[in-house]
Amino acid sequence: MDWTWFHRFGSPPHLYRIAGRLMPWFAWPTAILIALGLYGGLVLAPPDYQQGDGFRIIYVHAPSAWLSLMAYTTMALAAGAGLIWRMKVAHALAASCAPIGAWFTVAALGTGMLWGKPMWGTYWVWDPRLTSELVLLFLYLGYMGLRAAIEDPQRADRASAVLAIVGLVNVPIVHYSVEWWNSIHQAPSVMKFGKPTISWPMLTPLLIMFVGFTLLFAALVLVRVRGEILRRERQSRWVAEVVAS
Amino acid sequence: MSAHRLTGDTLHVFRGERHVLRGLSFAAESGQYLEVSGANGAGKTSLLRTIVGLVQAESGSVEWNGRNIHADSRAYHAQLAWLGHDSPLKGDLSAIENLHYGTGIRRPVDAAAIDLALEEVDASRFADRPVRTLSAGQRRRVALAGVLLAAAPLWVLDEPATHLDAAGHALVGHLVERRIETGGIVIAAVHAPLPVQEAHTRRLGLSTK
Amino acid sequence: MTGAWSAARLVVERDLRLAFRNRAQLLHPLLFFAIVTTLFPLALSPEASRLRDVAPGVLWVAALLSSLLAIEFLFRDDAQDGTLEQYALSGQSLTWLLFAKTVSHWLLAGLPLALMSPVAAYGLGVPTSAVPGIVASVALGTVALSLLGAVTAGLTIGIRRGGALLSLLTLPLAVPLLIFGAQATARAIAGSGIAGPMYFLAAFTVLGITLAPLAAAAAVRISLE
Repeated sequence: MDWTWFHRFGSPPHLYRIAGRLMPWFAWPTAILIALGLYGGLVLAPPDYQQGDGFRIIYVHAPSAWLSLMAYTTMALAAGAGLIWRMKVAHALAASCAPIGAWFTVAALGTGMLWGKPMWGTYWVWDPRLTSELVLLFLYLGYMGLRAAIEDPQRADRASAVLAIVGLVNVPIVHYSVEWWNSIHQAPSVMKFGKPTISWPMLTPLLIMFVGFTLLFAALVLVRVRGEILRRERQSRWVAEVVAS
Repeated sequence: MSAHRLTGDTLHVFRGERHVLRGLSFAAESGQYLEVSGANGAGKTSLLRTIVGLVQAESGSVEWNGRNIHADSRAYHAQLAWLGHDSPLKGDLSAIENLHYGTGIRRPVDAAAIDLALEEVDASRFADRPVRTLSAGQRRRVALAGVLLAAAPLWVLDEPATHLDAAGHALVGHLVERRIETGGIVIAAVHAPLPVQEAHTRRLGLSTK
Repeated sequence: MTGAWSAARLVVERDLRLAFRNRAQLLHPLLFFAIVTTLFPLALSPEASRLRDVAPGVLWVAALLSSLLAIEFLFRDDAQDGTLEQYALSGQSLTWLLFAKTVSHWLLAGLPLALMSPVAAYGLGVPTSAVPGIVASVALGTVALSLLGAVTAGLTIGIRRGGALLSLLTLPLAVPLLIFGAQATARAIAGSGIAGPMYFLAAFTVLGITLAPLAAAAAVRISLE
């Protein structure tokens, strides 16, 4: 088997250029899909028979929550690849995912709280999904905290990679234990969402938003990974050439 | 007694962003003492830690008897005695207890062997005292007894004579001499050359660039 | 070459002997546990019925925090004096030696906590019938916590003032332990069966035994670089 593509992918200048070339291919569809999804979700979709217009925040909340998890998974897998094959660019990729994922987590928490106000009459309830998101935010913060605390960049890469992998094993466990915890402490005052009777005009914009947000994540990662690579390779000749041109 | 050989091939080692070793190569075989010297920050410790496998080289390889040391690192480590900058001793244990546990996890060792080793480094007088109460030089002697007890063909020592008086300095030279005469290899980073026969000594000077 | 079992025995024996030469350090997490559980009646109310309601939470949060104190010391001395390097270069499996270290850590930190928890529980108005359940759940939960702590302590070796960071890394990962541990305690107090949450704790512990020493060894190797 020919492995040159693998090594070429592992070379920082190559990834830098590829990322730059790919970026527009993600950025434009992102903009179009999110615009479409928002229009469909906020204008075209009918109001929910139970929640009225309040439900519309789902068009931001659900994709954010999905990406908070996907970013973590991507980060942990990239970190694992960096650990196993000692690939510098994989660590750069993992480092780029963390703040983006943390922001998606914050977005999911924020929109969840905004949704909670009309639903439950309060911004915060210990809803299992919100609680899991909060724990996930702590995992992200721990990851970034560990990275920041270790001076040697290679050590920081490798130590945070171990943490990301341990975290990845733990995320589903946290998720299910929080669900279980919630099921035994079911407070009667908390109103549950009715089983969503979601119709096509509601669902279509949501699916579009999922795709749009995923592409947005990819575009953001590409931007960040370019910056991360430049920062890490700032002493090398090719970076000097890039900066000069 | 089989002959051993340790080689390093175009080693590049980074510490943080510093490119400490730039394509360093070396070789040592049974009966040789490789003396690594150089100013502070020249990469002596980095080189030794790369040789024992604590630090992985960015590129290049270290080979023990023709095999990459990371291929079967446990087998390699079983043949290696490492003495770092600090003496790996517990202050609350006596010298004898320290050696009992420290050497014990490598190979079974009895009290007589420990006594003998302590005698060889002239540490019998304070063998029962908690290491906490010993001077830095006395601790170094106990740590050297640990190196002796490992019964390993390869010694890698980071400034073995640090904190030692003139007699201690001579003692380290003598121990090194004896190890290489019986077919071992010794690699040490030093500030002042150890008194080892010139014929057995190979020198490796590192410079800061 | 020393066999794996003897090597592990020596690691545990050395840690135990060191701990008994330096008993004060051993007592600090226990005292912390005692003080935290004392604070709650003062902060809430001395009423037994109210305390009994919060007892599972108080016991587990206090146990978690005092374990965290002990985890900070798990590798600190061994990293400073070069013992960890010697472990890594001993020709033994580092994973195995660190597992042994985790065992000794649990014997010195988790087990005393489990044995002391009935006293704290009694102070919180918990009926004596709940004692076996509480001891069992704290004992099992602290095993998992020691394993988890070995990983996070390994990652934070050599970081100055790493205590707060260690909490930030460890506590979110310990959320499942808290949930199932507190639930087991609550059921023990209520007199219903604790088997359910105990199974979960046990599953978590088994997962920890299989994976945590590997991760801890990787973490320690990285920290030694």
